[in-house]
Amino acid sequence: MHEQEKIFQEESRIKATDLEHRRKINYSLTQSDIAFQKGKNVFSDLESARKRAKNIKWETIEHLNKYLLEFEKKFTERGGKVIWAENPQQALDAVLQICKQKQAKSVVKSKSMVTEEIHLNPFLSRHGIEVVETDLGEYIQQLSGEAPYHMVAPSMHKSREEVARLFHDKLNAPPGLAPEELTLFTRQILRQKYVDADIGITGVNFLLADIGAVAVTENEGNARLCTSFPKTHIAITGIEKILPSVNDLALFWPLLATHGSGQQVTVYNTIFSGARKENETDGPEDMYVILLDNGRTNILADVTARESLFCIRCGACLNVCPVFKNIGGHTYNATYGGPIGSVITPYLSGLKSYKHLSYASSLCGACTQVCPVHINLHELLLYNRNKSVKAHCGSRSEKIGWLLWKKACLNRAMMNITNGRIKNFMIKLLFRKSWGDNRSLPDFAPKTFNELWEATGQ
Amino acid sequence: MHVNLFIPCFVDQLYPQTAFNMIKVLKKAGCTVHYNTEQTCCGQPAYNAGYWDECRSVAEKFVRDFGGNEYIVAPSGSCTGFVRNYYGKVLENDGHKNEMHHQQLPVYEFTEFLTAVLNVEDIGATFKASAVYHDACGALRECGIKDAPRKLLQHVKGLQLIEAPDCEVCCGFGGTFAVKFEPISIAMGEQKVLNAIEMGAEYIISTDLSCLLHLDGYIRKHKLALKTIHIADVLSATCQ
Repeated sequence: MHEQEKIFQEESRIKATDLEHRRKINYSLTQSDIAFQKGKNVFSDLESARKRAKNIKWETIEHLNKYLLEFEKKFTERGGKVIWAENPQQALDAVLQICKQKQAKSVVKSKSMVTEEIHLNPFLSRHGIEVVETDLGEYIQQLSGEAPYHMVAPSMHKSREEVARLFHDKLNAPPGLAPEELTLFTRQILRQKYVDADIGITGVNFLLADIGAVAVTENEGNARLCTSFPKTHIAITGIEKILPSVNDLALFWPLLATHGSGQQVTVYNTIFSGARKENETDGPEDMYVILLDNGRTNILADVTARESLFCIRCGACLNVCPVFKNIGGHTYNATYGGPIGSVITPYLSGLKSYKHLSYASSLCGACTQVCPVHINLHELLLYNRNKSVKAHCGSRSEKIGWLLWKKACLNRAMMNITNGRIKNFMIKLLFRKSWGDNRSLPDFAPKTFNELWEATGQ
Repeated sequence: MHVNLFIPCFVDQLYPQTAFNMIKVLKKAGCTVHYNTEQTCCGQPAYNAGYWDECRSVAEKFVRDFGGNEYIVAPSGSCTGFVRNYYGKVLENDGHKNEMHHQQLPVYEFTEFLTAVLNVEDIGATFKASAVYHDACGALRECGIKDAPRKLLQHVKGLQLIEAPDCEVCCGFGGTFAVKFEPISIAMGEQKVLNAIEMGAEYIISTDLSCLLHLDGYIRKHKLALKTIHIADVLSATCQ
């Protein structure tokens, strides 16, 4: 068993049996579901909206090179700078170089999963640059020294009491603050950080090819502050986040909002088209966009898996996934958890290390059913399993097992040999351990239906 | 109506009585039944495990065993969904594709067949108990079966059907998932069972015995006051 799988097995056992964890996550995801069920009514025909979104993303990803170059051309025409990064190191080096050039001492950040992917925060800290997360959930995670638990709701696994305790311990906040008080307390700290920061770093929700701009969606206004006070704005994004046109936002903004948080539209939606122009009163002096590959072209090269690049990171598949619900976000030990994470992580971080994630699904299909861009997530998990078998990642005994299974299934007589008692004995021998202590094994009937049918002469 | 029975491998081995009860209901609804004794499995277990070549051989045999125009009826949404939705993919590189007509196999899940093809909703069953209905993922999401079992159950005399809020949540079986990731599988099954008890149910009814064998395993091990039962067993009951 691979090291990563061992970690996953151990962690999932701990989380799946932790009743307090179960209570908190069930509560939180039930709230998400209530909001989503209500929010999705903004679409008179959600199914058509999803199909249309899938078609747009399909078109875009099929011509990714064209749209990325169009974006670069339009964005640079207005003075923006585009940096292409093949891997995390290139992206990190680019950020560091900008920091050095600007003699930056401090950075404010809005929410970005791509910066988690390249581990930007520890990198900048190692180089003596202070980084402050400004999304409240991310700020909580930064204070606890934890990665985000969920790509949209990073600290959903923490109760309000736990957050109050954390603020008391780490920031010397008065004990037992209510959520509203915690927000005010955080605001006071962060407002100063925005003013002091040399650089603001944001993620990207959509790259807009036709106008060469970046769209950022948020609820707290922190991304706007990150890009208003500091003199430099760096936006970091995966290359798949592109849409052909600004007009596509009319569909994608509400799709993202309803599926991400049940809102009709999120509170702040900003389109950044570049640095401040001469006649403008505010905005940064410089704007950079870093386009990160980091394994995405591996996905692009695979015709079947390619549709996983349609993902808009709304997190809806996590919210409905019974596996995510029981093991939580950290157990995946990957940047992206839940069904979409299980699909793409083997391509981003290696099939051998992360193939187990594709097996860690009951294939219930709830993810596929909810995905706003119609990614066939559970079928892609099946596809990954087949890939893993083809790459000889399976064990020898498993391979022999399926060969024997095939032999038995190709010959009816083999399925009728012996009797129920002997089969029960055999199945106990084979499965007692893996079936576990919490379930009884099923009992074989003394005779198969096939034998009984023949015996009764029907 | 003439019906070709498809008895999934695990039903054949573990629950022959349910298959006979399905036959009883089909006959009551006016069908004559045929059973090809050569049949084994649809191939889904190997496909789900990633062993697509092994699956293909078994799927080819299935197509040979079930070729023809007769309605194929199975007491499982999962196996029905697999044949219906995945055979195109499983057999796509197969040289015999055209002569096999796999995509045209008219396969139906039992309750779907009763309501959609036979237009039967009241089969005249009596089953005195309270129960929740569990939407098996294969039936619900692969076959789109939601109303059929409910309509049938609503006509069962004495049955108090409770609509559970988590009726569409997976039970946690998932084939090899149940053994490869036992703690997660158990956690999912446990919640399903405890919720059903909390709802005041004496039974969990479903179209799929794969879900039920997993849930029943948990129930028996923990000696809980709850039973699982396949919908064919309920619909064939005349008194309890």
